[in-house]
Amino acid sequence: MSAPLDGGVAAPAIRARGVRKVFCAGGREVVALDGIDLDVAPGEFVCLLGPSGCGKSTLLNAVAGFSLPSSGELTALGKPVTGPGPERAMVFQEYALFPWMTVERNIAFGLEIAGAAPERQREVVDALLAKLGLGDFRDRYPKDLSGGMRQRVAIARVLAIDSPMLLMDEPFGALDALTRRSLQDELLRIWAELKKTIVFVTHGIEESIYLADRVVVMTYRPGTVKRIVPVGLPRPRDPSSAEFNALKREVTALVMEEQARHQADEAHATAD
Amino acid sequence: MASVPATRLFRSLVVPVTLLLCWEGISRAGWVTPLILPSPTAVAIRWVAYLTPLEPFDAAAGPWWRWALSGELPHDVFTSLLRIVVGFVIGAGLALPLGLVMGARPLVYELFNPVLQVLRPIPPIAYIPLAILWFGLGNPPAFFLISLGAFFPVLMNTIAGVRAVDSIYLRAARNLGAREGTLFWRVMIPAAMPYILTGVRVGIGVAFIVVIVAEMIAVNTGLGYRILEAREYFWSDKVIAGMFTIGLCGLGIDLGMSRLNNRLLRWHRGVEG
Repeated sequence: MSAPLDGGVAAPAIRARGVRKVFCAGGREVVALDGIDLDVAPGEFVCLLGPSGCGKSTLLNAVAGFSLPSSGELTALGKPVTGPGPERAMVFQEYALFPWMTVERNIAFGLEIAGAAPERQREVVDALLAKLGLGDFRDRYPKDLSGGMRQRVAIARVLAIDSPMLLMDEPFGALDALTRRSLQDELLRIWAELKKTIVFVTHGIEESIYLADRVVVMTYRPGTVKRIVPVGLPRPRDPSSAEFNALKREVTALVMEEQARHQADEAHATAD
Repeated sequence: MASVPATRLFRSLVVPVTLLLCWEGISRAGWVTPLILPSPTAVAIRWVAYLTPLEPFDAAAGPWWRWALSGELPHDVFTSLLRIVVGFVIGAGLALPLGLVMGARPLVYELFNPVLQVLRPIPPIAYIPLAILWFGLGNPPAFFLISLGAFFPVLMNTIAGVRAVDSIYLRAARNLGAREGTLFWRVMIPAAMPYILTGVRVGIGVAFIVVIVAEMIAVNTGLGYRILEAREYFWSDKVIAGMFTIGLCGLGIDLGMSRLNNRLLRWHRGVEG
């Protein structure tokens, strides 16, 4: 359960101050993130947007605890991030389902290792299979599912542990446009119902405006927060509306500036 | 549709039947002496004699199935298979935990790898003199040689399997709250299972080769011993009958392994349930 929101001054679900991440690549230091300041409110849906190499996945992995910041302060749900944990559940672009487990066992995994009773596991799995339209796939293995179905299972797997926060790393990036749209709508439905805090990494400009309360546009290397664009549009949003397209133009202009730096950098690297 | 299995059966029999007919023809024509190459019928007769019980059935001595299996061949097959099982269980039983730890812990890998790299290319057969010096005659040297033969394939494949575990599964499991023990048992081992089973399959194959060799030097039972014994009497037909039995046993083991593989890896890409 997430903390009650009383009076609107709730502590942020994620708080980053001066987060910096330095990698060593080929003997050279690469600053992936520099001076990231960001607050995400409980129950908020935030998209991290930027070209490849802007550090958006690095930031998400830092929040998830897979790769801690080199310096700076990073807290999630009021506690400093020191490692991975089920209260910050991750959905991966590559699904990361366990291929040796059936859909049912994949969804129940988090509960099972936490020591939940089999009846409880079954109850939760039943509810999630129904919620995500996976009823017929209970005993299938991931190899037998389409990409969209696999990502539904991955979402069910993190919902099963009732994490207050979902971290999503380009979760719909590998899906076709129609499947992506239906999963986006499903995610919004789940988010509205369960009041999760969602941090969603994407390089899809339209996707970010379609989904997020706020779009965090990041700069290309080192990754910093270039601008935070609030999306004030009511949901369900219409990507063909004038307001949507005005925002899309604004965000596209911001992203393209960074994309230009990315390309210049690549051209430079090739010339070396 | 019904003709498809029949056609396939027919195709699979064309070459063996032709070969057998040619062989029979060559023998009947007297082109080679039966000592060099006995005819297939002679081998078959010998094989049946080898298979059937030596004593007539006596209800007082025990149940009929015990009598039916009292021939020389069932006894040899049982003895050889038992040696394979014992040797394999020892070899794989040592290789599996070592391989898991070496795969998962780079420090352990660095400690053990140099020794293993030197020992690995030595064929188990080369250990025969030492095996006899250390363990004498009888089953112990055979177990030693067989376990040695099974050890390295299982070890190398287990190490490779653990190292090839996609880190995304580990990250996902950690993210869902798994600790080290859970990661090891519920993620690393199942993820490495395709490799481990490949190692087991190769290891059993090597054990099967080694058991025949071991039986030719250290013991006086089993299929390997029987072939050597028949050679001393110039019973070429029995040599070939023994070889054929070895072939059948190998085929049986491989089919069994293949079924086990499909059962354990039914989740794996390319495996049909």
